[in-house]
Amino acid sequence: MGLSKQKVKKLMFGMNVKDGLLFKTLLYALLIGIGFVYVYPLLYMLSVAFQSLQDLLSPSVYYVPRSLYWDNIFTSFEVLRYTRTLLSSLTVTLIPAILQTFISSLIGYGFARFEFPLKRTIFAIVILTYIIPPQLVMIPRFVLFNDYGLLESMWSIIVPASLGQGLYSAVFILIFYQFYKMIPKALDEAAQLDGAHPISIYLKIAIPLSLPSFVTSFLFGFVWYWNETYTASLFLGNAVPTLQLRLLSFVSSYQDLFPGQAALINEGIRMSATLLIILPMVIMYLFVQKLFIQGIDQAGLGGGET
Amino acid sequence: MTQRQRNALYGYMFISVWLVGFVFLTLMPLIRSFVFSLSDVSITGAQGILTTFIGMEHYIRIVTTDVNFIDALIRYVTEMVMYVPIILILSMMIALMLNQNIRFRGFFRAIFFLPVIIVSGPVINELMSQGAGSIPLIERYGMIETLQSTLPAFLADPLSQLLTEMIKILWFSGVQIVLFLAGIQKLPTEVYEAAKVDGATPWETFWKITLPSLRSIMVVASIYTIVTLSTFSNNEILIRIRQLMFSVEGGYGYASAMAWIYFVMIALILLVTTVIIAPKEKRVKRKRGMRRGTV
Repeated sequence: MGLSKQKVKKLMFGMNVKDGLLFKTLLYALLIGIGFVYVYPLLYMLSVAFQSLQDLLSPSVYYVPRSLYWDNIFTSFEVLRYTRTLLSSLTVTLIPAILQTFISSLIGYGFARFEFPLKRTIFAIVILTYIIPPQLVMIPRFVLFNDYGLLESMWSIIVPASLGQGLYSAVFILIFYQFYKMIPKALDEAAQLDGAHPISIYLKIAIPLSLPSFVTSFLFGFVWYWNETYTASLFLGNAVPTLQLRLLSFVSSYQDLFPGQAALINEGIRMSATLLIILPMVIMYLFVQKLFIQGIDQAGLGGGET
Repeated sequence: MTQRQRNALYGYMFISVWLVGFVFLTLMPLIRSFVFSLSDVSITGAQGILTTFIGMEHYIRIVTTDVNFIDALIRYVTEMVMYVPIILILSMMIALMLNQNIRFRGFFRAIFFLPVIIVSGPVINELMSQGAGSIPLIERYGMIETLQSTLPAFLADPLSQLLTEMIKILWFSGVQIVLFLAGIQKLPTEVYEAAKVDGATPWETFWKITLPSLRSIMVVASIYTIVTLSTFSNNEILIRIRQLMFSVEGGYGYASAMAWIYFVMIALILLVTTVIIAPKEKRVKRKRGMRRGTV
């Protein structure tokens, strides 16, 4: 073999460490290893959800069920009242996410394109609201919503979202602010000279330009509202059951539906319920995965927040 | 009306929605929850909510008698001190690996980001209750027992918790990975080429060029990490505050006082973290600005 020592060395370590074979192998091994730990809970969920009771108890079945056992899924489907709950879940998630996106765009535009007294102070407060934990304002909001009869209805989620005080609203305002700052001033100055009203400039020029930010805000709002349970469980109560809240009370719902069989609830059924909860998000992710990542890239959050 | 006045008017018009929302749904609730925390709050059917000022009584009661809360608070701080650096380092390492010239980068990135869209209190609860929050290898090889028998308790307990709740670290670092990756990709390549010409090793370039340029992203990522972990619905302090709201021993006043103590803790952690990581030049600039402001 004509491989000289030099060549072997180059192959193993490359010209500058980074393209050597050894380095590459190590890199892939690490990525695959870490990636496996990342998805392990999901693989576990998938495996257990399709195991029958015999499979669960059998010491010879570790991860791969002997046959795909769909009964768990059917049971969970019934206990979660899936179709109905999915619909109400989507309603209390999509509506706030959409409203929050539009309102954040409006607010971000105001901060980015106009000069007004106290602007810097107010903007600093907008950013600060990000760190105000929900439990701090939760009790007075609960009292307030109770006074106005908004509790146990979608309105308790919709009203804050449409006033820029929703879940992580500050982040979305910041995303739009950063975007609208980048649009050259000349663009709307020209429109202004033609006699266009600021509102029509916003509607006709700014919104179409900022569609990518709209998509990012909407997607993240959707995901965050979908997964938020702390304030949702307090404000929505039992009136608007969401999938997440149903999962929280899954065991007792199961016992209500199948009285006397409480002992029969097993890991398989619980994992299949969990699988059903994350399924809508996973399906969406399969299609728009790139948009999430591009969204963070474009948001330009690395450039400092102020 | 001058151009400037018109400009200001439109500015206020655009942000008016936020101003109204802020005053009614954030500022007033903040003030009210502070008042609650200093009061004996009773809920009556006819007159609504009655508050009687009692001063710092709730706070004193929490600090002196609520052992469970103090324990939870200590656990929270320990968790932050451990998790935040680990999450930051891990997500930066993964971002650096993804930045290499590798195949399937998009696929790996999608895997690491996936948890962000499914992580929720109930889902994590279900997974943890079945011990799926960590890979089973750790338990099978008795790593936790080894830890507990070799290290002192104050180190072994959080470490073994870390290993069994690995999901809590990994599943909360998806956004940070993408943030770091975006930051690394924006770094100018000329600098790296110049460093290579000067004979710098990748190790040196990382410490001298990459890390310092990522400082502002590290600040954003650490704030994001702290806020997300502190407000996650599984957080035991959050759960306790909610339970206390409607309990006899608690009530709105007591729960509000607890929420304030917890908030001060979060704010302190955020402050310390930012001061540690924030870029040095920026801090000088800010100081100069302040001095100019006072003159």
